[in-house]
Amino acid sequence: MIAVGIDVGGKNAHVIILKGGEILAKGEAAMGIHKAEEAEHLYDETLKKAGMKREDVGSVIATGSAGKRVSFADSVIPDAAADARGVNRLIPSARTVIDVGAEEGRAIKVSPKGRVLDFAVNEKCAAGTGTFVETMARALEITVEEMAKLSLTSNQSIPMNAQCAVFGESEVVSLIHQKIAKQDIAKAVHDAIAGRIASVARVVGLEQDVVMIGGVAKNDGFVDALKKEIDMDLIVPEDPEYMGALGSADMAAAGV
Amino acid sequence: MVEEAKKEFWRWPEGTWVNPHINWKQGKIITSGVDVGSVSSQGVVLVDGELYSFGSTRTGFDSPDSARKALNIALEQTDVTEENLDYCIGTGYGRVNVPMAQRTITEIACHARGAHFMYGPAVRTIMDMGGQDCKAINCDEKGKVLNFMMNDKCAAGTGRGMEVFADLIQVPVWEIGPRSFQIDEEPEMISSTCVVFAKSEVLGLLEQGVPENQVMASYCAAMAHRIMALLHRLGVQEKFVITGGIAKNEGVVKRLEKELGIKTAEKVWYKPEYKDYPFDTQIAGAVGAALFAHAMVSKGKVKSVRKT
Amino acid sequence: MKAFYGFKDGSGDWFLIIDTEKCNGCSACVAVCPAHALEVGEDEFDPLSEEHVAHVKDEDRKKIRYTCAPCKPGFSIDPVPCVAVCEPGAITHSDGWKRSYG
Repeated sequence: MIAVGIDVGGKNAHVIILKGGEILAKGEAAMGIHKAEEAEHLYDETLKKAGMKREDVGSVIATGSAGKRVSFADSVIPDAAADARGVNRLIPSARTVIDVGAEEGRAIKVSPKGRVLDFAVNEKCAAGTGTFVETMARALEITVEEMAKLSLTSNQSIPMNAQCAVFGESEVVSLIHQKIAKQDIAKAVHDAIAGRIASVARVVGLEQDVVMIGGVAKNDGFVDALKKEIDMDLIVPEDPEYMGALGSADMAAAGV
Repeated sequence: MVEEAKKEFWRWPEGTWVNPHINWKQGKIITSGVDVGSVSSQGVVLVDGELYSFGSTRTGFDSPDSARKALNIALEQTDVTEENLDYCIGTGYGRVNVPMAQRTITEIACHARGAHFMYGPAVRTIMDMGGQDCKAINCDEKGKVLNFMMNDKCAAGTGRGMEVFADLIQVPVWEIGPRSFQIDEEPEMISSTCVVFAKSEVLGLLEQGVPENQVMASYCAAMAHRIMALLHRLGVQEKFVITGGIAKNEGVVKRLEKELGIKTAEKVWYKPEYKDYPFDTQIAGAVGAALFAHAMVSKGKVKSVRKT
Repeated sequence: MKAFYGFKDGSGDWFLIIDTEKCNGCSACVAVCPAHALEVGEDEFDPLSEEHVAHVKDEDRKKIRYTCAPCKPGFSIDPVPCVAVCEPGAITHSDGWKRSYG
């Protein structure tokens, strides 16, 4: 049976196509303002990649902050449920899931069967999200990837005073004027956001194995900072930004 | 002479005014207050608790430097020097460094005291929005702080939030207020509180062909609403006073007054003998600081540092 | 005087509120806070008063949301330590944590 999961987030959308429980194809695209149409376009593109047509698909489940705008979904599930399911499929030993995307950050306590036991969300504020990291990278005039690599070469611990992404940008500019090395600023940015995410994770309780997903999980600088902040090991699966779509597809396949 | 000095002051952001009716040499206690804000700094001199002179200047990158400039500008057209001052108190944004001050007092307390002096004992709520913060203060008839709320963490609801918007649509800040009323009907406000997310929302609206003035109206309405939420939590009572840069943005002020159902107090001096003196809402903090200095010296709580 | 330490952002009200009229400067809250975010000193908002009261440390005010979160103010089973230990009941929290995380 062909099952599809689609995760439409604040900035990006991801699609996973499962056939008989195995991943047949995956697709991702940046979303503009017309999310409904763009999500549909991504869906069709990914189907083409898999050599499939819409009629071949058994069930589609959507998730994400804009999941409700997916007109072709059979149902919409909450992000936390999709994340929990997706991670559990790959890493059944996961007990805490930390998902940091472009516009939201959440911590989820998961059961051994991949059910959501508790969750806490940082939303509507860029300070605890990937957007914060991007804004600072822009202020440093480098890409996020470069910033991640740079931060790993620093061993300074400069605290950032600003919590807000807007004020943080001014703070980064003034740190540059003070001739602070770029790698130290990069590390400061990651430390700042790691602190916020860790505190949200502590609300649901940090129990190993702790798994990190979402676009920001690809940022090695952030992952390193978070590991040090929670003083625990962090597992980052391959394609961490696809976990929501994977969980949704898994649910679709199970006919839930 | 006084008329010219008034006009001069209002026309340019950097300026000074001296009270022609006071001979400071006949005064007993001379105190000063210096307020270093994130965008502008003020210096005020009082003689026996009466307004003697004040000056305003732009804050530079160096806090002690800006403090010096602010005090100097308040003194430059007088023959008072730092050595004649009995006591000086500094105030302002964050951990200010006012080197010539004998102590610093939080801007919350200074603002309340200053607004009380300027607007009178009927003032109960003061809302001040600066470049990087927003504060709401409730005070009693003596100008003492009853409760306060301050937001200097989130850009939404600060001058910076408005600046980011102005930069985005490429319209000068002072045009936004009036233009936000040149619309057919009041639109819905921007839904994202976060300035960073609001930017994408604004771009989306513009892309959809929404007229610029309408987008300005949406943004001003959103900002008024954020301030409203902060004030609502605290509880607004009349007389209600708005100070800081945002007081000059009628797009936000008028919408706030509408949502509150309360009009802001008229910008006139409470003391009748001051009626011809220039009234600048931005000096409230420095006035309050200088008043505290006066209270402390006259009550013998601190020793005067006056040299000559 | 009620001092609201913290901030309001897109996701809610995040304030630790200290009522200085009720606070007697006993410092019990200082000792019990797991994040060491409180201290007792001069009342900075009433410069002419001689009484010492509790307040949130400067460096914690802007991130109070994250400082207080682990104690789950408003929705925890165990009482929040600083609130529990304060005899005159001078400390309260706004509802941001309960609404967002509870």
